[in-house]
Amino acid sequence: MAPPANRRFGFSRRAQNATFLSYTAGVVGLVVGIGLVTVSIVKPEAFAGVRTAATDATEPMGQATAAGRSYSKNFFASIAGYLTSGREHARLERELAEAKVRLVEAQATEAENRRLKRLLALKDVEPDVVASARLTRSTSASVRRFAIIDVGRKDGVTKGMPVRSATGLVGRVLEVGATSARVLLITDTESLVPVRRASDGVPAFAQGHGDGTIRVRLINLGINPLKKGDVMVSSGSGGLYRPGTPMAIVTEILRDGAIARVLSNPSDTDFVMVEEVWGPNEPPPPLNPDAESD
Amino acid sequence: MPRLTSGGPPPSRRRINRAPSPVLAHTLPWLTILLGSMIPGWLLIASAPVMPPLGFLLFIAWRQLRPGLLPIWSALPLGLFDDLFSGQPFGAAVLLWSLAAIALEFVEARVPWRNFLTEWLLAIGLIVSYIVLCLGLNNLAGAGAPVRIILPQIVISVLSYPLVGRFVAVMDRLRLTPITVLR
Repeated sequence: MAPPANRRFGFSRRAQNATFLSYTAGVVGLVVGIGLVTVSIVKPEAFAGVRTAATDATEPMGQATAAGRSYSKNFFASIAGYLTSGREHARLERELAEAKVRLVEAQATEAENRRLKRLLALKDVEPDVVASARLTRSTSASVRRFAIIDVGRKDGVTKGMPVRSATGLVGRVLEVGATSARVLLITDTESLVPVRRASDGVPAFAQGHGDGTIRVRLINLGINPLKKGDVMVSSGSGGLYRPGTPMAIVTEILRDGAIARVLSNPSDTDFVMVEEVWGPNEPPPPLNPDAESD
Repeated sequence: MPRLTSGGPPPSRRRINRAPSPVLAHTLPWLTILLGSMIPGWLLIASAPVMPPLGFLLFIAWRQLRPGLLPIWSALPLGLFDDLFSGQPFGAAVLLWSLAAIALEFVEARVPWRNFLTEWLLAIGLIVSYIVLCLGLNNLAGAGAPVRIILPQIVISVLSYPLVGRFVAVMDRLRLTPITVLR
């Protein structure tokens, strides 16, 4: 049946008004939407309060699903372990992976120590873990990479704190609610972390690539010294991220950098640690002339 | 013989002298969509956009199955709720869901024929434009994400839409199950 040419819904004034009003309401929604989007583009933190209130309110549900997620993952991992070469093999592999990361961390620390020894009286403080948390939720249907952790202002979490897991950097805190916080993952395209190669300290920037990988951009242009398998650790330049946190492993070389894989894949990460914002130590006081003459 | 003594069919199958619960009939579509907005985030900690925008899929599916059950303005509150959890710039869902609702209403007034294929094609058009426009809004807000990262999500969403439609049909039957006893 072809639609009638005259689109009036009968002669009922009431029906006509109802149709008109429903379209008007739709257009009102459209206009409100345009207004909200404009505000959130101009001032992205404008709705942080509402968002964190909503995540706070749904946090118990998020915790329950996070627990369920990790149980089901463990369940499947156990079955997979039996099917491949047994549980023992899986455990050994996990230990090996952890040991590899530890080794890289140790190398990074070693390089860091060498650098520090060249400077005078700079002491490296131990990382201060503010809270340990669970990744409860993520924006898995959006192109932005946010995750929610189940600690917030009550646990001492503040904006900007770096978040890491046992295997590497995860992201940093973006919005803080009372009992939950929103984390910008390092795979987000707006996340930019200063990094260096673990072995010799070639400086670079690591930016999220949007698809779960990391784009490493070298700071010094010229011959690309990166090789497949190089591990990038955070360099701590500019503060915020503690130097030497393992971050990504290079998988593909490009002309001016590389594509790297994240070491701490958030989907495999059960628990994360929220660390104190790292600030570079103050420069040593200038030597006085007497000491200079000695 | 045991059936007679056990009191006949289960309560949901007794139809005589019963009507659907008006509360259930009116709130179930809203509840499923609200839940659909939250579920993708709970399922996994994703490192790329992989989950279909379930809230939006349910919203179109309900509107396609029962035009007029959800008013056009329902895009405003439902979109607001979706924005709280989706990670898109706040207001993106309000804007795009309203657009989709108006577009659906517009098309359905002009094309009254209904079959699986045309409904799916229309939904595909809406889903693809929704995901692409979400990317556009994110990039306007400074994300700078390339188009290729949404391709898997588009494929998954388009293929999962018929399943969402089936789910909505099941929910619709549940919604209209006669459970309240008439006096």
